[in-house]
Amino acid sequence: MGLKDGISPSSEALDAASRWEATEVDLNTVSYNGEKAAENLRDEAAEMYDSAHQLYNDQFEEELVIRPLHSGDIYSSFQFRTRWDTDFFQKGKKVTDYRLFPKSLGQVITKFSVRELHISFTQGFWRTMQWGQPFLSAPPGAELWVWFQDTVPDVDGAWKELTNVLSGIFCASLNFIDSTNTVQPSASFKPLGVGNVTNHKFLRYAVLPREIVCTENLTPWKKLLPCGSKAGLAVLLKSEKLFHSSFHSQAVHIRPVCQDWQCTSTAWELRQTLSVVFDLYTSGQSRREWSLFKMFSRTLTEACPLASSSKIYVDVTDNSQGELFEQSPASPILSQAVVLGDRRTYSVYDLLTPDTFGTPRSLNIQLRWKTSDAAAGLRPLLHGERYVAGYGLQTGEIHTLIYNNHPYRAFPILLLDSVPWYLRLYVHTLAVTSKNRENKPSYIHYQPSKDRLRPHLLEMLIQLPPNSVTEVTVQFERALLKWTEYTPDPNHGFYVGSSVISGLVPSIVAMGTNSTQEGPLFSSFFPCKEESTYFVRVYTEPLLVTLPTPDFSMPYNVICLTCTVVAVGYGSLYNLLTRTFQVEEPSPSLAKRLANVIRRIRGVPLL
Amino acid sequence: MGLLSDPNRRRALTNLLTRLNTPLCVVCYLAGVAWFMGLAFEPFTLRTYMSENAMGSTMVEEKFGSGERALATAREFAAHKKKADGMPVDWLVKAMQSRGLEVFTQSFSRTLPFPDENKERYMVHGTNVYGILRAPRGPRTEALVLSAPCSPGNSNNQAVGLLLGLAQYFRGQIYWAKDIIFLVNEHDLIGMQAWLEGYHHTNTTGMSWTPLHGRAGSIQAAMSLELSSDVVTSLDLVLEGLNGQLPNLDLANLFYAFCQKIGVLCTIQGKLQRNDWDTSSGYNHAVQTMLLMVLKQASGRPWGDHGLFLRYHIEAVSVRGINSFRQYKTDATTIGKLLEGMFRKLNNLLERLHQSYFFYLLPSLSRFVSIGYYMPAFGLLTLILLLRLGSLASGTEDGLAEGEQASSTGVLSVLTPVVISHLTGMALFMLPVLSQETAVEHFPVSETEAVVLTAIAIYTAGLALPHNTHRVLTGEGTEQGWRVLKLVAVLYMAVLLGCTALINFSLGFILALTLVPIAAFVTPHMPRVLYAFLMVALSPGFTLLYCVFLYQELQEAPVSLLDGWNIFLSVISQGILDHSLYGSLVYPLLSLFIYPCWLLLWNILFWK
Repeated sequence: MGLKDGISPSSEALDAASRWEATEVDLNTVSYNGEKAAENLRDEAAEMYDSAHQLYNDQFEEELVIRPLHSGDIYSSFQFRTRWDTDFFQKGKKVTDYRLFPKSLGQVITKFSVRELHISFTQGFWRTMQWGQPFLSAPPGAELWVWFQDTVPDVDGAWKELTNVLSGIFCASLNFIDSTNTVQPSASFKPLGVGNVTNHKFLRYAVLPREIVCTENLTPWKKLLPCGSKAGLAVLLKSEKLFHSSFHSQAVHIRPVCQDWQCTSTAWELRQTLSVVFDLYTSGQSRREWSLFKMFSRTLTEACPLASSSKIYVDVTDNSQGELFEQSPASPILSQAVVLGDRRTYSVYDLLTPDTFGTPRSLNIQLRWKTSDAAAGLRPLLHGERYVAGYGLQTGEIHTLIYNNHPYRAFPILLLDSVPWYLRLYVHTLAVTSKNRENKPSYIHYQPSKDRLRPHLLEMLIQLPPNSVTEVTVQFERALLKWTEYTPDPNHGFYVGSSVISGLVPSIVAMGTNSTQEGPLFSSFFPCKEESTYFVRVYTEPLLVTLPTPDFSMPYNVICLTCTVVAVGYGSLYNLLTRTFQVEEPSPSLAKRLANVIRRIRGVPLL
Repeated sequence: MGLLSDPNRRRALTNLLTRLNTPLCVVCYLAGVAWFMGLAFEPFTLRTYMSENAMGSTMVEEKFGSGERALATAREFAAHKKKADGMPVDWLVKAMQSRGLEVFTQSFSRTLPFPDENKERYMVHGTNVYGILRAPRGPRTEALVLSAPCSPGNSNNQAVGLLLGLAQYFRGQIYWAKDIIFLVNEHDLIGMQAWLEGYHHTNTTGMSWTPLHGRAGSIQAAMSLELSSDVVTSLDLVLEGLNGQLPNLDLANLFYAFCQKIGVLCTIQGKLQRNDWDTSSGYNHAVQTMLLMVLKQASGRPWGDHGLFLRYHIEAVSVRGINSFRQYKTDATTIGKLLEGMFRKLNNLLERLHQSYFFYLLPSLSRFVSIGYYMPAFGLLTLILLLRLGSLASGTEDGLAEGEQASSTGVLSVLTPVVISHLTGMALFMLPVLSQETAVEHFPVSETEAVVLTAIAIYTAGLALPHNTHRVLTGEGTEQGWRVLKLVAVLYMAVLLGCTALINFSLGFILALTLVPIAAFVTPHMPRVLYAFLMVALSPGFTLLYCVFLYQELQEAPVSLLDGWNIFLSVISQGILDHSLYGSLVYPLLSLFIYPCWLLLWNILFWK
């Protein structure tokens, strides 16, 4: 039973993953008053594919989504997509022409036969309970996962080289990825592009939770864009503002996609995303009021000339009648889309139409709130948290809490835990409980660690009962490291990367909370629609664990002490053991000796 | 070492030690006491200095300016507290939420083993409210804690007000690298214990609490704030925690550095620092401060809400505002600035505080005595035991050589008193709490009195018990018998005191001061009545009584004999409560080990 259940979710996850792309495309553009017929994305895409037979058909699209959050903060997410119609899978073909696609990455994927590459740098932790689900989630620190092509003979070698090369490209410490923090998840990470290689021998996954993301990582990332940061939306990416925020995450995703609807040939898609959350309180404003200038200290004047599409979306779902905030300049185009299982309404600014910029040729979208009190948002259906329990330096317990906030539906999730070897997990203490009852995982994949070689890998498929908290606990022992193995600042503690929760979550649309919405009765009886579930990946917080740490000023003392002990203890013992004892005449007293000396001088016989 | 391998010289040395044993012991004792008293003399101590680089080099600029608003919040809090007759949970949750914190609550309940008469509580129910300021772009791995107790009556309102004021100010800053937890705990230490156990998901004392829903990773440092007036004359730093644990000295240094910078009077043990170390009154002052610290540390109880953090290896201090009749006053804004500065420095920490000392005594805030300096005082006292052991061992050796009478009865005659005195100790440890109901039924006393009086009764009854046992078994006690028993007792005491002093120097030293003379000189050949009187006067129970009087004297609040006795009784009940509520180890140590050890010596006195 365990095996069957173990396989089914992975294919589901795969489906969902491909749907992930679908939701992005599936924007049903609604025109209001029949005034301006906005382009239907679907039509545009079709057009795009019709002209796909031209020689260089690289495409570049850019977009920015602004979503006001219930907490008063604001979430801005940039997505830049470069598509390159060339077939890397063809053997022996040497690519020399690069147009929009960055050459540095093109060379990397050719050289290392990469099928898919996902890398993210995140500073901060996404607060799911306050902010809801992000469009693309990422763990704090750096995350890298790569699917290699099945022709690669030495995956580990290629992985090692690749991480070093990427480390140079992105100015990050990815070279610290080695066998002790690399795992091969069996089910949690499936390819997101075309092709169905699912043998996890060709997958490598690593997280560096300690990685700090800063401008030095942003600059190389911006250089990958066709327009750099000179034109288009990338003008807004000024580091002094981006790093004055509550959350910052930048990512690069490369995957093969279909060139056309029949999928006769493939193309490479490079998706660069950057998400940032600006905080209401630290921005030093008294009223809740956001604008492009306030967020990025820049306004927009033009789209990237190379872009085939350049849009800004503002989430106005809660503001359908303009009752919550005032938006200026107003945009007549509204678009609806089902994003992460929820039907959202966006107002769209198309930067390719010159009207958008207005007369001073500068676009500064402003959102001004009418009330200052924050509204309570819908609780996200799935979220997780993790902490270390216990005290002292010998043992501890990792608790992972997974919340299913859906009122009546259970759903399965995959939990992936990768724990460094120096926390020795006691797997027999692994316990999964929901609602005070044991919840037996239907699939467990556990790979024990090897000291100094590889980490623990624990993957589990757990069914979450509706409206419940599932608690996964496992005890561990803290290992004593060799003194050269401690990182600098050992008393800071050691990081354990986030655990990954991937699941198919029942959609809010299908939940029927919006039953008050107008709609024909005949269409709303069966709750399940095609987007009845959607794929979500949630990361828990990383852990900081204190290991028993020697006092590093101690070696000097130890050397002194050891030398003393050896000299005094061993020396005298050795002395006692090797000395031969013999009975000796008691030596003459001092007076007698003196007398003898005098006698010797005088030449008289001694006493 | 040649000294020992040469039999002649060895014999000479042994002879010397045996011959001069008693004078040596007396000299050691006097030297130990003198060394200890010398610790407070300023030229012998070290000046405190900041060891942690992350907190040292850069001084931060404090900008907190809304002290008046914090006091207004405090008044609002006081009104709501009065209305709710306890913790105004809803108001606090709203207040914290409106300041942009993530707010969580935890409720807890605890039934004490017997009613606590000092604080008038028996069945305790309460709620802790805490808000987490999430560090911008922080991964939720590290946190700092600022806590203020919600005390009954009119105290500590200003602390909560200032806490909320600081929360509001801190929330607007971008530089936080660690999450900051603002905690308002009800029922002081019990609430704190519940919160800490909940945060670390452990249960060491059998308290029931609801699990926490918000966490912020591993806590790096904590501060507890107690403030009951709008203006203060000085701030008092409290360091002593559970089982005599102390926070890293750098935390005290940090407090001192900021008091100096901002110009706030700061005290430790309620005593200001003086510069006239070369006068006798200045020296007296330093000795008093140090003795107070020693007494507090020896008591093993947490002297502020911070005390329970130390168990979890979280460095913590309490800061207490004191308002006396002095002219110079400090307002809430200044205290807020001080706390802001300290938190920003703690925020800079890369590693846990570990650079400075964990074992120290403070004769004043700017001077400290490290473990290397105070341990010799204790070492000199234990040296007496070792000297005695040496002479006893050689004496017994000779005794054995004279007559081969060491037989199984010898072993039995030693084992019996050991077992019996330990059973008495067990009774002292278990019975007072277990038998309180029976006692209350039969005597007209309250539960608390019953517990304390039972403890004293068992303690006294123990005096009558063991010294007759060996006679029942073996007839007349032999010369050999008491020597072996004394050898065992002295060895036992040396190990006990040594272990205690390593963990809690003050407790070990105080016990050594009274127990070592008895252990060194007791024999069955002494005038019994006089020595029995002396021994009782130096027994652990009386040591506690002296400590109570000394403490009151040092606090400049001398008490009459009767009041002292009452305080003594309440100290015993507090000790038992501390053990069951927070896991303090002093009561079990005294009843299970020290008291039986003393009984063994008592047994020797009545050997014949």
